[in-house]
Amino acid sequence: MTPRGQDAAALALHRFGFGPVGDSIAAIANDPRGALIADLDRPGAGQIAAILPSAADSARQVFDFRAQQQAEQKLALRAKREADASNASMSGSMSGAAGMSDAANTAPVAAAPPPKPANQPPPLPQQLLVSEAKVRFDAATTADVGFVERLVWFWSNHFCISADKVVGMAGPYEREAIRPHVIGRFANLLLAVESHPAMLFYLDNVESMGANSVAGINRDKGLNENLARETLELHTLGVRSGYTQADVTSFAKVLTGWAWIPPSEPDHGGEFAFVKRLHEPGDQVVLGKRYPDTGVEQGRAVLADLARLPATAQHLAGKLASHFVADNPPPPLVAKLAKTFTATDGDLKEVAKTLVMADESWTPQRQKLKPPAEWIAGVIRLSGAQATIPIGRIMYAQMTLGEPLWRPAAPNGYPDTEAAWVDGIPHRIDIASEFAGRAQAADPLVLLKNGLGPLASPDTRNTIARAETRTQALALLVMTPEFLRR
Amino acid sequence: MRLHAPSRRELLLASGTLFAWAHLPRLAYAEGRDPRFLAIILRGALDGLATVAPVGDPDWLALRGSNALTLDGKSPALKLNDFFALNPAMPNLQRLFQGNEAIIVHACATPYRERSHFDGQDLLESGLPKPGPSDSGWLNRSLAGLALGGRVDPKGSRVFAVGPVTPLVVRGPAPVLSWSPQQIMPASDDTIARLLDLYRHSDVKLASVLEDNSKISAIEHPGGMAPKPGGPNPGQVRAYFSEAAGNAAKFLAQPDGPRVGALALDGWDTHVNEGIANGRLSQLLGALDDALGAVKANMGPAWQETVVVLATEFGRTARINGTDGTDHGTATVALLVGGALKGGRVIADWPGLKSADLYENRDLKPTTDLRAVIKGVLKDHLRADDRVLAQTVFPGSDGVKPMAGLVA
Repeated sequence: MTPRGQDAAALALHRFGFGPVGDSIAAIANDPRGALIADLDRPGAGQIAAILPSAADSARQVFDFRAQQQAEQKLALRAKREADASNASMSGSMSGAAGMSDAANTAPVAAAPPPKPANQPPPLPQQLLVSEAKVRFDAATTADVGFVERLVWFWSNHFCISADKVVGMAGPYEREAIRPHVIGRFANLLLAVESHPAMLFYLDNVESMGANSVAGINRDKGLNENLARETLELHTLGVRSGYTQADVTSFAKVLTGWAWIPPSEPDHGGEFAFVKRLHEPGDQVVLGKRYPDTGVEQGRAVLADLARLPATAQHLAGKLASHFVADNPPPPLVAKLAKTFTATDGDLKEVAKTLVMADESWTPQRQKLKPPAEWIAGVIRLSGAQATIPIGRIMYAQMTLGEPLWRPAAPNGYPDTEAAWVDGIPHRIDIASEFAGRAQAADPLVLLKNGLGPLASPDTRNTIARAETRTQALALLVMTPEFLRR
Repeated sequence: MRLHAPSRRELLLASGTLFAWAHLPRLAYAEGRDPRFLAIILRGALDGLATVAPVGDPDWLALRGSNALTLDGKSPALKLNDFFALNPAMPNLQRLFQGNEAIIVHACATPYRERSHFDGQDLLESGLPKPGPSDSGWLNRSLAGLALGGRVDPKGSRVFAVGPVTPLVVRGPAPVLSWSPQQIMPASDDTIARLLDLYRHSDVKLASVLEDNSKISAIEHPGGMAPKPGGPNPGQVRAYFSEAAGNAAKFLAQPDGPRVGALALDGWDTHVNEGIANGRLSQLLGALDDALGAVKANMGPAWQETVVVLATEFGRTARINGTDGTDHGTATVALLVGGALKGGRVIADWPGLKSADLYENRDLKPTTDLRAVIKGVLKDHLRADDRVLAQTVFPGSDGVKPMAGLVA
């Protein structure tokens, strides 16, 4: 089966990209596979041109911001105490205790918070998040096809952190650890992720220390296994793939010392540091292999081996196939992806090409429900509303639909199955209506052609043609099964 | 819901239009008046016969049967004059009418004679005689065409649009400011019902999710009081309409604010279970009635210099269809409210309701061109020029004379 023509083009855009934009279905109909491969081969693919603060820079800014806030609160408290004291002394004959409580109840002027100026900018962490979100979302909504951006989102969710915990660093983390490697080598991606201060902080490794390390002895503290466990269970081998608790413990010891320079340091705060003082001395055995104590190199060696294990290849191949094609992907497709992964030493570009070239990837049945954020990006692409829907509304929509940007509840990231998202369909109708209302809706027949091409069923065509308004036609179109599913 | 009157700065931020309001020249009015004009586009095709019923027409009861509004019965219509009565959901409009602050034009239509919503809406807003693409609307072009130094100065004035997207009627060469209500109205019952129908035919899983959602219960029991968490209940629709229209009025009322504005209120496409006296249409008309009340209240003293025109793309079938609704038709009503009107009148060259009187034996026959009504208001209220009205605002409308005497 050679996918070709408008059917395959529409399938390519919905399944592997962020959905059609303009007349992209017609534009790539000659060679839909070629368009996807070309997206992978594009110079600078996956990279963000915008200049934004680094993770370390952001961490320092957030630290300074919080310190400043704390100081202001302290000053206010101090002023309140002084006012209380002077009120108490003025009330003269009253007994001390009663006087104090009176003073506290009269809400002295000095302690009243200064009135907030109108249109105050949002606090710094929110500003950082919003500017990162905008750059990320723009990359998805303005891409020609968006295959590489889809890979960015996939790997970012695979290696997720939470912006609720890692304040200020979520965006930089994706730009620094994920983007440079999504079509590079998995071993490099893994190393970049596990050594990134955002991940080290998110999974508590900055707190971890060997019981026999200098710091551990001095502070009577020890290991935190979180990063080691999730690296094995989520990032590489997959759960129940044969590793033991002993492997987790040993790997955690290996990773002790992988930490950061505290963000309070003005020059290099927030940067990765291997802190020998925290590192558990001695050789460690992980998955049956002995790793001599070579400091930071010990951890690098374990990660390099994890990246090449067959279980890792199998785990990642299954996740990729499930993400792009179906909740229960065809086993031959998973096998092909795992084979390429192993044969190319984890070359993710080759794996992505295998995904595109495999006939199993082009099943005409479109069963996979797009997760909310990907669907939102598709809505904006189709409606041409890139410039008119503010990023705040997009982030709000993501949150409403249960997928707030970079804020998954747990390190396993957002779910990737229909069962997780299908109950949110009624809420998507509201979002569809709102966003359609913000777009300059085009002619419904043009929208049908551009958005679904030959994928539109006769029922869908009728529904769109009979819409009450153009706006409603757009809202209905993005809620059709053909648009919701890939 | 929180009614929020944004500051100018917020307004500018919301609209993304970063020109400085403070640098706008003051409106230079040669005369003593300071007219305000608001256009409200009712998208979806409003059933004019269910809004203003010809209760005095001998064929009325036969035409609509149990769906005919009458002056007696369970939900009596509100009397306007010996011939016409208003939908019971619109007491505010009745009061305005009785206070000579409302005019109803009946059997009225744009020049469009097909029945496509999209083309009909385009034509209603573009002001062109035939359907086709247009990037400007009659309201914007009328502002651009006003003489400098006249009562409404195109350089000093801004067309003001309310809603998440600028309606076509105000798009064009004159600069446009827009503002969106804070509240996002949930998807309409109608949109949900259309999707449910589609899913039932094409994706049973999605259909079952939508059916399970409690918001659907009320759609299938229109007029029922079933709670609908998440969906737009009548209260939300009322709140949205009132916030949108009420805020438009607040801006128009400001001494240095915009002088003409427009907004669009959707949802009038009542094919199934129309609910004329007690149901969907009744709720929508009630929401519209509240919105008119909010406009008057928020205009304050400027109400005396205000004209609001409410128009829809076309009407609906004269008879009720097989699903207790009405299909796309032709003539309908245009509603005018405002303190500047010579109101208290229904203007209609009544075509009659016998089968032979109906347009194509199905729709109320159009006897008044909507453009004549709007041209009359633009001419007498905003002092638009006859020639500009005939050539630029409504191109090719030389034969459609501006209706005289609408404005006091």
